[in-house]
Amino acid sequence: MIDKRISEDDVVSEIRDGMTIGIGGWGSRRKPMSLVRAIARSDVWDLTVVSYGGPDVGLLCAVGKVRKVVYAFCSLDSIALEPHFRNARQAGTISTLELDEGMFLLGLQAAAWRVPFLPTRVGLGSDLMRQAEIRTVVSPYDDGEELVAVPALTLDVALVHMHRGDPGGNGQYLNVDPYFDDLFCMAATRRFMSVERVVETDELASGGPIQSLRINRLMTDGVIEARYGAHFSECVPDYGRDEAFQREYAASAKSPEAWETWKAKYLDCGGHDEYRKVTGLTEGLSNG
Amino acid sequence: MGSTATRAEHCCVAVAECFRGDGEILANPIGTIPMIGGRLARASFEPDLVMTDGEALLIAGARPVGVDDAPKIVEAWNPYRSMFDLVWSGRRHVMMGASQIDAHGNQNFAFVGDWEHPKAQLLGFRGAPGNTIQNTTSYWIPNHSARVFVPQVDVVSGVGYDRAAQLGAAGRFHGIRRVITNLAVLDFETDDRRMRLREVHPGVSVDEVVAATGFELAIADEVTESRAPSEEELRLIREVIDPTGSREQEVPNS
Repeated sequence: MIDKRISEDDVVSEIRDGMTIGIGGWGSRRKPMSLVRAIARSDVWDLTVVSYGGPDVGLLCAVGKVRKVVYAFCSLDSIALEPHFRNARQAGTISTLELDEGMFLLGLQAAAWRVPFLPTRVGLGSDLMRQAEIRTVVSPYDDGEELVAVPALTLDVALVHMHRGDPGGNGQYLNVDPYFDDLFCMAATRRFMSVERVVETDELASGGPIQSLRINRLMTDGVIEARYGAHFSECVPDYGRDEAFQREYAASAKSPEAWETWKAKYLDCGGHDEYRKVTGLTEGLSNG
Repeated sequence: MGSTATRAEHCCVAVAECFRGDGEILANPIGTIPMIGGRLARASFEPDLVMTDGEALLIAGARPVGVDDAPKIVEAWNPYRSMFDLVWSGRRHVMMGASQIDAHGNQNFAFVGDWEHPKAQLLGFRGAPGNTIQNTTSYWIPNHSARVFVPQVDVVSGVGYDRAAQLGAAGRFHGIRRVITNLAVLDFETDDRRMRLREVHPGVSVDEVVAATGFELAIADEVTESRAPSEEELRLIREVIDPTGSREQEVPNS
């Protein structure tokens, strides 16, 4: 079995300007934030971000990395609207492909199965159909029904965060919902999984129900061990959402000065180890 | 006893009434008063309803809202991707919110203003297009005003009756049952499927509702007062489902 362990910086080195990046998790839950921050600090630009959006989208918008967002919502859960994403939208600095949450699933599934679209009734009658990128298809069967052809959301890169993984790239989630992380990986050319802890392969099945082994190594190209890698989003049972920190993050959207202060402290500080020191998440950190 | 019920408690009962007759489907009310109303329906006259914990579990019983550590009786696992199975097979009645809604029930909570440069970015389309075209929908609007009830919504996220009708057969699973607000109960039970005032909450006049609505409202021949909770329903609301009184924060008594 190949040892796929790499660093956040190794992931960034594979990302080019203009790429389409899919990010797993949901809202402010189990987001691969150490990878997102590494991209935010990098010199890549003009990204298209595909996400059930949360602080991943907001942070990348705040640092101007984003050209386009493909999304159905962008929320911090306990704070309903992602404030940095709102700022970018209301300033007109990003374009969007607006989708329904379920269409989003179909788009990822179509990409994973290598078909150009999947049909659904979802979207009909709504203003989603005003977008040139969303087209319809007529059923070739006797019903002749016109359906929405949700385009494949093919990704250059997928980033997901799991609770446990082995060095070969098998991954396990331990919370209540797998979200769509496996589909993000299957929809992408290059797939990177950060994990709270890298464990021996046999510890995966002994560490949770067999159904929790949602990611297998055919879905991943790199494994990044990042304890607290989803901070400040929720990563139960390892840790809950850091609500106080999230409020501070949200407040940083109130002015350019507030954002610069936040950015200097939590982003410009350096890589994930430095971030953990600044945020006090030093448990298990050498020289912590 | 009914006269002692607050406005918020009338709203809870009106929400519960939305689910009357639904039987064994997923009742999925989103928001505080919707959740209380849905659980009230199940605890009283609609015992077969299936309900979520707001995340990935289907839970039994009249679990209190706003009490995070209240025990859960788990019936089933329902992660997000399974939710689409329920929505697209029509085994669900959702109650959503709306930032704008028009006379045909077209709803917007995506954004206000221009598509490329919105004045206010709101939730995005979320699940509204799929919900409205695939399963029964109702709406909960805690702030009935002409800012919400508009002649034309900026963006159609939830599909209304006029647009569904244009779809022909593809619109056959569409249905908006009720719109419950802090002032009134509305439906679409008119020949042309336009929004109709059905009931007002105690202390609210028809004129008040008309003035707070930015389009011409159809008005039922006899606008009745919304039903007061029974003694048992009041006990369920106050002691079992919403012991912390969160309903009164959403709709203050007046």
